[in-house]
Amino acid sequence: MHPLHSHRVLAEKIHEFWVEAPLVARKYRAGQFVIVRTHDRGERIPLTVVQADAANGRIRLIVQEAGKATALMAKFGPGDSFLDVVGPLGKPTHIENWGNLIAVCGGVGAAPLLPIVKAAAEAGNNVFAVIGARSKDLMILEDEFRAACKDVRISTDDGTYGMKGFVTDVLRKWVEEGQKFHEAIIVGPVVMMKVAAALTKDLGIPSLASLNPIMVDGTGMCGGCRVTVHGKTFFACVDGPEFDAHGVDFQELILRNQAYRDQEMRQLEHMADDECKLEAQLHGEKSHV
Amino acid sequence: MSEEVTTPKKAKRERKPREKMPEQAPEARIHNFDEVPFGYTEQQAVAEAERCIICKKPKCVDGCPVNIDIPKFIAQIRDGDFLGAARTVRSTNSLPAICGRVCPQADQCEVLCVEGIKYEPVAIGNLERFIADWELANDAIEIPAIPPPTGYRIAVVGSGPAGLTVAGDMAKLGHEVTIYEALHRPSGVLVYGIPEFRLPRSVVAKEIDYIRQLGVKFVYDVIIGVTITVDELFEQGYHAVFIGTGAGLPKMMKVPGENLVGVYSANEFLTRVNLMGASREGYDTPIRFAKHTVVVGGGNTAMDAARVSLRVSGNPVTLVYRRSMEEIPARREEIHHAVEEGIKFDLLVAPLEVIGDDKGQVKAIKCIRMGLGEPDDSGRRRPVPIEGSEFIIDCDTVIVAIGNSPNPIIPRNTPGIESSKWGTIVADEETGATSRRGVYAGGDIVSGAATVILAMGAGRKAATAMDAYVRTLPLTRRNPYGDT
Ligand SMILES: Cc1cc2nc3c(=O)[nH]c(=O)nc-3n(C[C@H](O)[C@H](O)[C@H](O)COP(=O)(O)OP(=O)(O)OC[C@H]3O[C@@H](n4cnc5c(N)ncnc54)[C@H](O)[C@@H]3O)c2cc1C
Ligand code: SF4
Ligand code: FES
Repeated sequence: MHPLHSHRVLAEKIHEFWVEAPLVARKYRAGQFVIVRTHDRGERIPLTVVQADAANGRIRLIVQEAGKATALMAKFGPGDSFLDVVGPLGKPTHIENWGNLIAVCGGVGAAPLLPIVKAAAEAGNNVFAVIGARSKDLMILEDEFRAACKDVRISTDDGTYGMKGFVTDVLRKWVEEGQKFHEAIIVGPVVMMKVAAALTKDLGIPSLASLNPIMVDGTGMCGGCRVTVHGKTFFACVDGPEFDAHGVDFQELILRNQAYRDQEMRQLEHMADDECKLEAQLHGEKSHV
Repeated sequence: MSEEVTTPKKAKRERKPREKMPEQAPEARIHNFDEVPFGYTEQQAVAEAERCIICKKPKCVDGCPVNIDIPKFIAQIRDGDFLGAARTVRSTNSLPAICGRVCPQADQCEVLCVEGIKYEPVAIGNLERFIADWELANDAIEIPAIPPPTGYRIAVVGSGPAGLTVAGDMAKLGHEVTIYEALHRPSGVLVYGIPEFRLPRSVVAKEIDYIRQLGVKFVYDVIIGVTITVDELFEQGYHAVFIGTGAGLPKMMKVPGENLVGVYSANEFLTRVNLMGASREGYDTPIRFAKHTVVVGGGNTAMDAARVSLRVSGNPVTLVYRRSMEEIPARREEIHHAVEEGIKFDLLVAPLEVIGDDKGQVKAIKCIRMGLGEPDDSGRRRPVPIEGSEFIIDCDTVIVAIGNSPNPIIPRNTPGIESSKWGTIVADEETGATSRRGVYAGGDIVSGAATVILAMGAGRKAATAMDAYVRTLPLTRRNPYGDT
């Protein structure tokens, strides 16, 4: 059992939790994730750890409501507990002193990127960041990025904040202004990573992407998290989650991530139809676990 | 050939056919996950036991990896002493209800049974299952008196059959044992791989209960080598560590199209259904409901994947295997059950490519027919592709069940532990000792993917060696040989 210490809504459908997980907190390094199960009949879902407080045995998770598991999490408050939290999984981000690092993220991709940015800054890099969001209200973690980075630029799809457009527009402009980047790290929705990776390739910037395939165990046992990089198959949970962005078959990842979209949609409709039943399920089950 | 059968008296003995285990009709069972065979009744068990001629030099025992005293327990069943039979079995096998259901008896003990030479072998597996079930149903499991605590602490990594066996044996000797398991539930492949219709959860749960009653502690959701390293276990004061992390790394076919949507490894498919409840009311884990599934492989895993897919989807399943029925490695009974349930076997066939539609979803699999050539290292005839025999099977789901490699987490993250080029941990066959002092290993992580009973046999040997080892250690030192 992993009690929640806090639950804060950062933006619409984006939630931040501090969860008790002392063993994970003690070992965690930037780039790693955990597998969480909220209740006895729930899924096992991977979530990146945003921060760890080893002294208090807590980890920070940021979750966007997407499927049923995350929608359920959104209903958890302090005093509730996640049933299982396993980790830290995946290889920590390989960080070296590249010089100028450009960190590119979109949407909740800011959450997994934040610890990497902090670690890279600590390793002596000049970190620059581009944060993209659909609109101003969906922008998260900006202050924390500003605290760790030399410079941060913003883009929104609707122009409500920063530059109107896509993260790639910001990046291209920045380079055109003469800014040099020695390494890029890209995290976010797969389509965004695909486009951003194509650009950094054009610009000749070596790039890492942090991938988010569907996972089950997170230990290399199921093979469900297969991704293709430079024509070879890897298991993202143990070989990754970071890979050379210029070798990733993003199209395949997009398709694989949609494998259960219909079922998820149906589940969510069900949930909306019957909120009370869900509450009952959630609270009923928690009492006997 | 043994004397018993040739003595005139025995030769005249009336031969009774082997008792058939009653089971669910195929038409009914493909719609549920209930266990297929119902088990013997007492009368049947006694009748079957009477077929055993209680050999003085029983060959069957040689075939049993844990050397159960087979003639003794069968004689006890024959005499109606079920309790005695249960004690006999449990004295060498701590998971009999599981082994009675999943051991490859046809290739181990029963193949050596003298009755089988001219006639049908005694149904040793069915009898083992009968007696284990009788013991469970009658709450007759005897929790042995545990000696006073020795003060030695043992960490067991992985709760599959190897780990459970070591844990049980060490606890019985008075050591303090903790099992660390990466998943949220105990028993490894027994719960995430083998489906309920072959091994009901309630049976596994009762056997786990027994281990727990011996005083073994279970810690879930902890990955040794990651969450806690082996070195840290020693630092925490464990005197010895057993590694039973199994072979949980699926082999893929390495053909084009293998990562299309709809291609599963058997591990993923089975884990979703067996461990995570996918396809059941009230469970959230999703699964594909296939219109036509093709399963690639011929082992137990392939049979399980095929039969689970049939039950989940209610639609046809075809199994392709690159050798012939003669070489197929699965338990005979499961092959037989799969055939009865209508799984189509397309033998001497190998996959070449998975073909997708414009949405990246599987729409067919391209295969080639095989002939059998000279025997290879494994002694089985090597399949060779027949040129020009390519053909296409339309399907929307492909499940790859061509084997598992050892889980690499511990070998990768533990200094001082030698592993082979196949990724298995190198351990002494008799003791399970690894290249690192105080660290023992057994089961699939050492042998490569094998069987439940072999994992248990390895666990048993390791327990004996570990007991002798820890007793040489001074109890006063909290951190004995945590070094590499
Ligand atoms: C689908 C399927 C069907 C099978 N059918 C049969 C059959 O009918 N008969 C038969 O005899 N055999 C069968 N087998 C094979 C049999 O299940 C295995 O040989 C046996 O389970 C091996 O036991 P083990 O204890 O070595 O490992 P496992 O059962 O694999 O258990 C290993 C355990 O260790 C855990 N683990 C792994 N790494 C770590 C870590 N770093 N830290 C903590 N925990 C960890 C795993 O989660 C797992 O629970 C089948 C296998 C499969 C996959
Ligand atoms: S089971 Fe077969 S081999 Fe074993 S004692 Fe009975 S008759 Fe002999
Ligand atoms: S999530 Fe199962 S192998 Fe990666």
